[in-house]
Amino acid sequence: MNKVYNNRAWLLVLPMLVLVAFSAIVPLMTVVNYSVQDVLGANARFFTGTEWFETMLNDPALQAAFLRQIIFSLTILAIQVPLGIGIALIMPKRGWQASAVLILITLPLLIPWNVVGSIWQIFTRGDIGLMGWGLRQLGIDYNITRNAGDAWVTIILMDVWHWTPLVAMLCYSGLRSIPEAYYQAARIDRASKWAVFRYIQLPKLTNVLVIAVLLRFMHSFMIYAEPFVLTGGGPGSSTTFLSQSLTTMAVGQQDLGPSAAFSIIYFLVILLVSWVFYTAIMNMQKDKHSQGGA
Amino acid sequence: MSYQLENTQPGEKYNTIFSRITPAQRRKRNARTRLRSRLLLGIYLVLMILPIYWLLNMSLQTNSEILGSMTMWPENLTFDNYIGIFTNSSWYMGYVNSIAYVLMNMLITICVALPAAYAFSRYSFIGDKHLFFWLLTNLMAPPAVFLLPYFQLYYSVGLFDTHIAVALAHCLFNIPLAIWILEGFMSSVPKEIDETAYIDGYSFPRFFVKIFIPMIRSGIGVTLFFLFMFSWVELLLARTLTATDAQPIGMIMTRTSTASGIDWGTLAAAGVLTILPGILVVYFVRHHIAKGFALGRT
Repeated sequence: MNKVYNNRAWLLVLPMLVLVAFSAIVPLMTVVNYSVQDVLGANARFFTGTEWFETMLNDPALQAAFLRQIIFSLTILAIQVPLGIGIALIMPKRGWQASAVLILITLPLLIPWNVVGSIWQIFTRGDIGLMGWGLRQLGIDYNITRNAGDAWVTIILMDVWHWTPLVAMLCYSGLRSIPEAYYQAARIDRASKWAVFRYIQLPKLTNVLVIAVLLRFMHSFMIYAEPFVLTGGGPGSSTTFLSQSLTTMAVGQQDLGPSAAFSIIYFLVILLVSWVFYTAIMNMQKDKHSQGGA
Repeated sequence: MSYQLENTQPGEKYNTIFSRITPAQRRKRNARTRLRSRLLLGIYLVLMILPIYWLLNMSLQTNSEILGSMTMWPENLTFDNYIGIFTNSSWYMGYVNSIAYVLMNMLITICVALPAAYAFSRYSFIGDKHLFFWLLTNLMAPPAVFLLPYFQLYYSVGLFDTHIAVALAHCLFNIPLAIWILEGFMSSVPKEIDETAYIDGYSFPRFFVKIFIPMIRSGIGVTLFFLFMFSWVELLLARTLTATDAQPIGMIMTRTSTASGIDWGTLAAAGVLTILPGILVVYFVRHHIAKGFALGRT
């Protein structure tokens, strides 16, 4: 769409800007402030330059948390995106069944995150949880508080349970926007099911899939409440992700300088990834417009 | 966009003259694939519901039954856990607090996001792309980064432990999200509508309220759904910014673990009650979410 160049549009943006700036810039500057100082008391603080940043980047515990975070995010993306597409393809398209399935599927998305943790903590307990009890009955020695592998599988299962609906819903709405005529044309060509998916449905889904991957990546990168309630980061620190390390450091140990430096590094990583995504989306839209124009 | 092929009935999706298989065979084949996909969907739904069912099951049992034996359904049905929550003000105030700050946040967000999204979808202005990107980065800022500064900021301006503090804090990610969603919906409304309205003598505010907002009604519905969802489920910031007067229910739930062990029944009942508002909201927007989840971008 051709947009009119008009700087008075700033007036429309202004109220939003004031609010978001209050919530974003003031706290961010506080973080920056802390990250370069050593705060010893109310009036005793020293400028330390980049010392905290160096400490944090060389901290093996944080490097491990970062690695775990990346493995976790990639794993859940690799499971949730194909699974979400699959579910979207088999969801009923109309009638009361469609409404019922929609409501059921969105259910996990609307549960507070720490309750999600509680649900899975209860569900996987060996004594009172259906899944933990069931696996023990089958003779599997399943214990998320002692076995790191079990804890990982459970956290990934929980995240798949919690967030696959988002991918499925996005894909479902993408599929719904494909005109029936496309399918008719494909049937006339005797296109196979796979060909219909590959050349009609998937191209139409790219837009929503970009949104899905973006949302899923960033939420998984900031995951905190669910693993915190479910495993508490344990056993040991095998399921401690970035958010939790940061919170422990900032709130638990009151290490303001290092945790502020850590916050900034954390934020910059997310910033970098979002910039890559943003540029990719913008280029995709540009391509589309130029194709439409030609 | 749709057209009818020759030699077909309206509603029939298949051009029969090109087909080698008979309609009866085709119907049978379609029925078989339909059945298979229904079956797969059914399995997924059952697996998905199971953890929630387990919570519900536990909430209807006494603690001795929960701990005593594995029962697939409550054998001595009891509502004591729920009654306990509804008769204790320190419990039910948690729900009131949560709902209060979520509603405040939805109201604030939608009021400032509507004009801003309009500006982004219709005008180009100095720094618009940078501003939009900056907004998106806020959507991605991990709440953990902001915990401590938020606490200090709201404490120093005297808003600590109030509903409005949580509502404002949640604006950090909800305003960018709302603008992102609304911008998609607004861009799908042709610009000619704006121009015609201005030629007809509508002023901007009147056009916006009388014509434009009704046109993107379903977009606004979907946006409100997302705002509710992300404000309702977030607890890290809400927990940090409150102490007693505005404490969200998710925080009060941690009280169930006492020295004498965990009160599983009450914990489960409180958990079930946190799911209910969500179901209510989905029910209201069920006709829009199918389309709206694409955020106007298909």
